[in-house]
Amino acid sequence: MSEKESKKASIKELSPIDVYMLLPKTNCKECGEENCMAFAAKLVNREMTLEQCPPLLKKENAKAYKDLWEMLKPPIKEVSIGSDDQAIKIGGKYVMYRHEFTYTNPTAIAIDVTDEMLDEEIVRRVKKTQQFSYEYIGSTLKLNMIAIRSTSNDPDKFKTCVRKVAEHTKMPFILCTFDPKISEAGLMAAPKAQPLLYAATKDNWKDMAELALMYKCPLAVFAPNNVTLLRSLAKTLLQYGVKDLVLDPGTLSGDGLGAMINNFTMIRRAAAKRGDEILGFPLIGTPIATWIENPEASAEVNSWNEAYLAATLIDRYADILILHSTEGWVLLPNVVLRQNIYTDPRKPVAVEPGLRVLGTPNENSPVMFTTNFALTFYTVASDIESGGIDSYLLVVDSEGIAVDCAVAGRKLTAEKVAEALKEAKMEEKVKHKKLIIPGKAARLSGEIEETSGWEIMVGPRDSSDIPKYLKEKWNSS
Amino acid sequence: MLEKESKEELQNLLDLLNRFEEIELEDVEMEIGDLELWLQSSVAAPRVMPRVSPAASPLKARPTSILQADFIPPIEKYPGQIAEVTLGATKSQGGSRGKSLTIGGERAPAFYLFETSTPNPPIISLDVFDTTIPLAKPVKTHFKEVLGDPVAWAKLAVDRYGADIITLHLISIDPLVNDTSPSEAAKIVENVLQAVDVPLVIGGCGDPKKDLEVFEKVAEVGAGERFLLSSVTQDMDIERACAAAKKHGHAVLSFTPMDLNQARQLNRRLYDFLPKEQIIMDTTTAALGYGLDYAFTIMERARLAALMGDPELQHPMSSGTTNAWAAREAWKKMDPEWGPRELRGPIWETVTAITLLLAGVDLFMMMHPAAVQTLKDIIGKLAAGKSVSSERIANWVPTKI
Repeated sequence: MSEKESKKASIKELSPIDVYMLLPKTNCKECGEENCMAFAAKLVNREMTLEQCPPLLKKENAKAYKDLWEMLKPPIKEVSIGSDDQAIKIGGKYVMYRHEFTYTNPTAIAIDVTDEMLDEEIVRRVKKTQQFSYEYIGSTLKLNMIAIRSTSNDPDKFKTCVRKVAEHTKMPFILCTFDPKISEAGLMAAPKAQPLLYAATKDNWKDMAELALMYKCPLAVFAPNNVTLLRSLAKTLLQYGVKDLVLDPGTLSGDGLGAMINNFTMIRRAAAKRGDEILGFPLIGTPIATWIENPEASAEVNSWNEAYLAATLIDRYADILILHSTEGWVLLPNVVLRQNIYTDPRKPVAVEPGLRVLGTPNENSPVMFTTNFALTFYTVASDIESGGIDSYLLVVDSEGIAVDCAVAGRKLTAEKVAEALKEAKMEEKVKHKKLIIPGKAARLSGEIEETSGWEIMVGPRDSSDIPKYLKEKWNSS
Repeated sequence: MLEKESKEELQNLLDLLNRFEEIELEDVEMEIGDLELWLQSSVAAPRVMPRVSPAASPLKARPTSILQADFIPPIEKYPGQIAEVTLGATKSQGGSRGKSLTIGGERAPAFYLFETSTPNPPIISLDVFDTTIPLAKPVKTHFKEVLGDPVAWAKLAVDRYGADIITLHLISIDPLVNDTSPSEAAKIVENVLQAVDVPLVIGGCGDPKKDLEVFEKVAEVGAGERFLLSSVTQDMDIERACAAAKKHGHAVLSFTPMDLNQARQLNRRLYDFLPKEQIIMDTTTAALGYGLDYAFTIMERARLAALMGDPELQHPMSSGTTNAWAAREAWKKMDPEWGPRELRGPIWETVTAITLLLAGVDLFMMMHPAAVQTLKDIIGKLAAGKSVSSERIANWVPTKI
């Protein structure tokens, strides 16, 4: 079905056969695959890389390697910011829409500091950025970079500020100033840091290009609400020899919201669908600019606007964001959204129904159930595990729907629960006959008790309260 | 830049966000009640699009001035168009509403203004419940004086929060709740019709048998009002549901659980009885952090496929965005570093809504007034598509905050 929509727009479909034709065809299995065709299929799916084929790396295959590399490289160039092992990669995207292929390299989020902030303030913001961490179904959500802005217009102050930041973090930087002299002062403070230089404009592009080449830095290009100028500048800088660009078509809020979304969308479509190599670079968004656009608004309103601007840009192709607010309520929805948008769209929404053994339960351990909606299951399992509770968790087939919805939609019934208990042979595993049910399934408690013959205990409505609930209520006898 | 109007908007928003400070923050459990369903998505095949031409060779003379490049907006032609559906009927249209609202009609993806303007801006419906239900604390704050009183609630939604349309959720009809009879439910609808003059969406309880009985009765007492019956599902007697809508001039919401093939299937069955212009579809909304990725991608795929000519998906899309409150990050008290839930909650709903707005949703069913106001403001600005000056942000870097 939906294959239609992308087929028409795409330049060319890449098939494993195209790739296979260029491989050494030795079927040597050195890559770990059964044969070259299987390896080609993995390459096309981006599950393996060319470097995993030893024969291909031999000198006589140099041309094939180069051709394959061209064939497989993403339409959005991958750009690295920062030095060595601390570097962060952005861009590298293969597609415009996430259902076409998993998005690579989640949007990097930077928090700003300025060279006129007090030292304590700088250190506080850097530490807060570095320490930001949120546990979300099995992954840790983090912030990624520091954007250092020159508001003083004084090279020395900027240098001092960069030095200060470098003392406190190894996170990559973005050096923000339109003045090449100030930018250079910042680079001198951290000559090997390979920060992103923000930004080349129509007025300073040449000097910024020189700095980027001299210090081997990626360079951002800024042409607010003028994609033609942005493309001209990018073309010029590429010709100048700068290889790693990051494009900024401007983050406009208020009445400019539509223009902003359109600029980002047009650029990404031109690159991903039309093969425009000049625009085939990562995009940077600056929701922080809304604070400058609305100087009269309160911090709360600016934070609010910044939060949804950031979300809009995560949805619409930004590869880096610079934010000002460090409020948890601004950052949390955005790091979660980023996690959602960058997951593999092929990941199934349901898990296998059946019994899960958590920890080392015995015949007196509690028995609970949940549904097989993947997110529900992982949330419940992780809450139980982090509470260190030995228990049996029965995953009932609700056709992949969350508890409350499954109850309302009759996808979770007393019969299904009774059936699951029977299939898992729970009566043989525990001495008691008590089943703890989700609080959101409370209204089925009578029916389940009748159908299954088990005594029902209604658990908490949110699984984070399970440890507390068991401590207060669980008694197997 | 800040004109009087937008200043007032900001002030309103601030008021809405600050209301929580006026009341004490006791801990209250939360629940959404009429949550919609989600499930099983089909597996998307990977698509890969390599570039064809190799990069230009870099070793040319270094330019001394800007090399002019042109930029031609990458415009696409779409063979398909989304159907237009009108909700609510004025006196001259056979109903009693103050105005009717039309959604759909798109010929390009959502807000691709470089291709075409938005024919009918998306609309936002405020949720109204016919019985007391547990609500997230930050939401309850705004509705506590009207809980359990659908007439007062509807008036509040329209008068204070400026709702252009409301969704009356008839939760009490659920056989496992109050088992309110179809004629009693119809009475509630009549009362609400008299209290407000905006178009109505009629929400059921999720029990396909009971919903159908109630829809039949409600369709009859609201004949000509062009309700949206929310919703018709695969396990319902489709023929009867459509007959009620057709006879009395209502639209239906075709609801499926996150699966494009099921959405097509159900729409196909509806075509036997109803014209396209009476069908809106809902492929299920999951909360930010709790499956929004699936909801977003299903909707984006549905809309792109519809525009590329898939006739079975060419309907305006609806989202139960209130589902955002199912995320514990939206309603729960958390460590202070995550901020008060009175801000975290509505921004959660807002971010969920914006994400789906960009995927192509035409009708939002929402809850928190600040989220509603923000989305309304965004839609207004996007639909206006004004040209703007970028002067101020051009100098954002050295500007102090």
